[in-house]
Amino acid sequence: MLNVVLSIFLLACIAPHLYRLLGKHTGLVLALLPATLFIYFASQLSAVSQGQPLLQSWPWFPGLGIQLSFMLDGLSLLFALLITGIGTFILCYAGQYLQGHPALGRFFLFLLSFMGAMLGLVLSDNLITLFVFWELTTVSSFMLIGFNHEDSESRQKAHQGLMVTVLGGLALMTGLIMLGMAAGSYQLSDVLQQDLTGHSLYLPMLILILLGAFTKSAQTPFHFWLPNAMAAPTPVSAYLHSATMVKAGVYLLARLQPSLGGSEVWLLTLSAVGALTMLTGIFLASRATGIKKVLAYSTVMALGTLTMLLGLGTEKAALAAVTFLLAHALYKGALFMIAGILDHEAGIKDFEKASGLRKLMPRTTLVAVVAALSLAGVIPLFGFVGKELLLEAVLSGSQWQLGLTAATVLANIFVVLVAALLAIKPWFGQALPTPKPAHDPGWQMLAGPAVLATLGLIFGLLPMLPDQYLLNAAATAVYGQPISGYLALWHGINLPLMLSLGSLVLGLLLFRFWQPWRKLTAVVETLSKAGPEAGYNKLMAALVSFAAWQTRVLQNGYLRNYLLTTMATVVLLVGWAMLRLEHFELNWQFSDVRVQEAVIFLVLLTTIISAVVLNSFLGVVALLGALGFAVALIYVFFSAVDVGITQVLVETITVLLLVLVLYRLPEFRRLSSTAHRARDALIAIASGTVITLLILLVTASRSMEGIAGYFLEKSVPEGYGRNVVNVILVDFRALDTLGEIFVLALVAIGVYAMVHLRTGAKPVTNADKRLTAEQKRQQSVKGEL
Amino acid sequence: MSRQFNMRSLILSTGTTIILPLLLLFSLFLLLRGHNEPGGGFIGGLVAAAAIALKLFADDYPSAKALLRVHPLQLVGIGLALAALSSLPSLLVGDNFFTAQWWTLPLPIFGDLKLSTPLIFDIGVFLGVIGTVLTVIFTLVEAEH
Repeated sequence: MLNVVLSIFLLACIAPHLYRLLGKHTGLVLALLPATLFIYFASQLSAVSQGQPLLQSWPWFPGLGIQLSFMLDGLSLLFALLITGIGTFILCYAGQYLQGHPALGRFFLFLLSFMGAMLGLVLSDNLITLFVFWELTTVSSFMLIGFNHEDSESRQKAHQGLMVTVLGGLALMTGLIMLGMAAGSYQLSDVLQQDLTGHSLYLPMLILILLGAFTKSAQTPFHFWLPNAMAAPTPVSAYLHSATMVKAGVYLLARLQPSLGGSEVWLLTLSAVGALTMLTGIFLASRATGIKKVLAYSTVMALGTLTMLLGLGTEKAALAAVTFLLAHALYKGALFMIAGILDHEAGIKDFEKASGLRKLMPRTTLVAVVAALSLAGVIPLFGFVGKELLLEAVLSGSQWQLGLTAATVLANIFVVLVAALLAIKPWFGQALPTPKPAHDPGWQMLAGPAVLATLGLIFGLLPMLPDQYLLNAAATAVYGQPISGYLALWHGINLPLMLSLGSLVLGLLLFRFWQPWRKLTAVVETLSKAGPEAGYNKLMAALVSFAAWQTRVLQNGYLRNYLLTTMATVVLLVGWAMLRLEHFELNWQFSDVRVQEAVIFLVLLTTIISAVVLNSFLGVVALLGALGFAVALIYVFFSAVDVGITQVLVETITVLLLVLVLYRLPEFRRLSSTAHRARDALIAIASGTVITLLILLVTASRSMEGIAGYFLEKSVPEGYGRNVVNVILVDFRALDTLGEIFVLALVAIGVYAMVHLRTGAKPVTNADKRLTAEQKRQQSVKGEL
Repeated sequence: MSRQFNMRSLILSTGTTIILPLLLLFSLFLLLRGHNEPGGGFIGGLVAAAAIALKLFADDYPSAKALLRVHPLQLVGIGLALAALSSLPSLLVGDNFFTAQWWTLPLPIFGDLKLSTPLIFDIGVFLGVIGTVLTVIFTLVEAEH
């Protein structure tokens, strides 16, 4: 399975080059891979449906217990089939939908990366790997939503989607680490064997994981990013926002249900949030007029429904969840692609402008009606089976069954309205002029919706087909134990059927009064100004202004302030830590001080005092040089020859550098007030004192054996070198050194850029502004003097 | 010519001609002996950089630049690449990342020559240090013109 995931990423890498070679047929050629993978996954159906999950593992970071391990059970297989199956059609579809788009190659790159990430996510058997793929889906969907990156609105919406899901991702990471700690293993297959609801970390990790799942799956109050993500090209919406990415959160909940589900908190949170999302989503869908908007909000509703079912956690609910999920993926994928067809072939994006296209687009009409009927849950389509199970599960739920049933029925009435909009509004009635001459699309675009809609019909007529091979195993994986229920089209005349019929009638009635209904609820428009999205915008604005404020204060461009802040922080933290010590014992042993050391000490003291009081640049430079050489002597006395040599050389080169810049400096004069100088002196003396005390303290109370002994001992036998300093630098601690020379390189590039980018025509940067501010300040100070 | 090169000294210039090759040779010597005696890539690099800077002060900027032949930033790049690449052979033989690898090359007259990834690494450090110091110095000089 590693090869499966890798093959997609590999294809993603070469997709832009293939596009240059193959031109408009690229989509079809690329679709061959997911099609092949679909067949591969389908060939696993019989093995998996007999309850044998397929496990594969490769070491990745064995030291940290992180494996690249994959598991294929019913739930993973359901998702894998959806991802590869719908992905195949989306690639065909996108090839034509975006034909001639200058960045189509890049589009394929992102879409395939997303496919690989999503597939990796559902196949992962390791919490860390799962998280990595989770974040990869976030990043690739960011690229896809912001695909039209020259449009500022599109960028902004991509940013919003990214921010919301990354926030959740961060929480999820913490939650997953806690989960791994609680279970004692990061392997999902191990974690799922345990019931963790009684663990002391249960509540915090549940909250964090739910935060991750809810943001990804657009649960209220995070539902606002999903409709905004419709800024992406339609094939992306069809793929990400119907079949795959937004279901990642639901997948995670379903996946972890055996370990985390069943508790009171789980039941309460998931059912309540799910029901709320379901109602919010479908209510907003009933008010929207943009075709993609309506579909997006109805996706929010579906995600809410799934969350609610997972919250219930009963055997029936598990079966209902996977059935509803499959049904939804089939009709929603089809309907999104039809929305794209309407836009592409007729220029229609809005329900209000669409009518009577049936004669011009007969095949599209047929497919749309079948898919919409499944959405409405009309017998004999698969959507009906899903809806029956949903109602049964809610009715037989343990608590709040009345409330949840009422919510579900209410939501269903609106679903029927939405379905009626999709099935009737654009196609029947009086023909309206269209922005483009309307016609049926080519087979590449119609194949996807047609196949998905037909599957909805076949699965409805023969529900045992998906049940036997797939859904039973998937529900078993969700429930954690074998499932005894089964799917059937006809359950007899019972309460769910009655409710279903009732909502059908009421929904059609509502469709009749769609416009009055929209007028009636127009008040929502004003309310939404204070909704979650407004909160998000406020939060982001506050974040930006906080960042600007702290940059102004902490990183104001004055080197002296950086020094001051750093020193003061060190003094305060170290000083505070020392004050809290119980045994404050200093090493006041000065009897072994040698004469030459005392002399050096005096030299140091004199030079430093002279450097402070001297009134000449050259003098200060010379004195600092002397200081450096004296320090180098100390190193030599204590037989750190290498360090001594380095110090001497660095001092020499520093002097060279100073000579180069010295004459560029302004005339030596006192610019700071006496109060400032007193403050600087205070901090300087304090930091000197604190560091001295620290050294005395450390030498007095060394409780552990130093590491020096280890290095001295191992240098020759393991590093093959007698110069321990060098062996540490290039062997034992080579990674540190590598980091250090990278820093050196950055300094070199920084200096080069600073000097060379300043010459010639250049935009005024912040640094320049700061510089001029500094100059002005200096002038005013000069004026005062 | 800018201010700081006004005091061109014949003695310094002549002395540099003699001492420069020695300094460069010495920097290589420091680099290679570093594993067993005081020295190493960092120190060697500083000496080499100082030697070329000496040329700059004794003669002029173009001649120092000509002496180096390549742009110092290129040296930084090559140095970083060498240092980073020296981490990889360990992975090929299945050791942990950055584990030192040693190869012994028997030579007819000089005896065994020991080659190792730490040596490659140290050469990387050597080049990186020369490149960084000279980039800064050259850039400051160029800022004059």
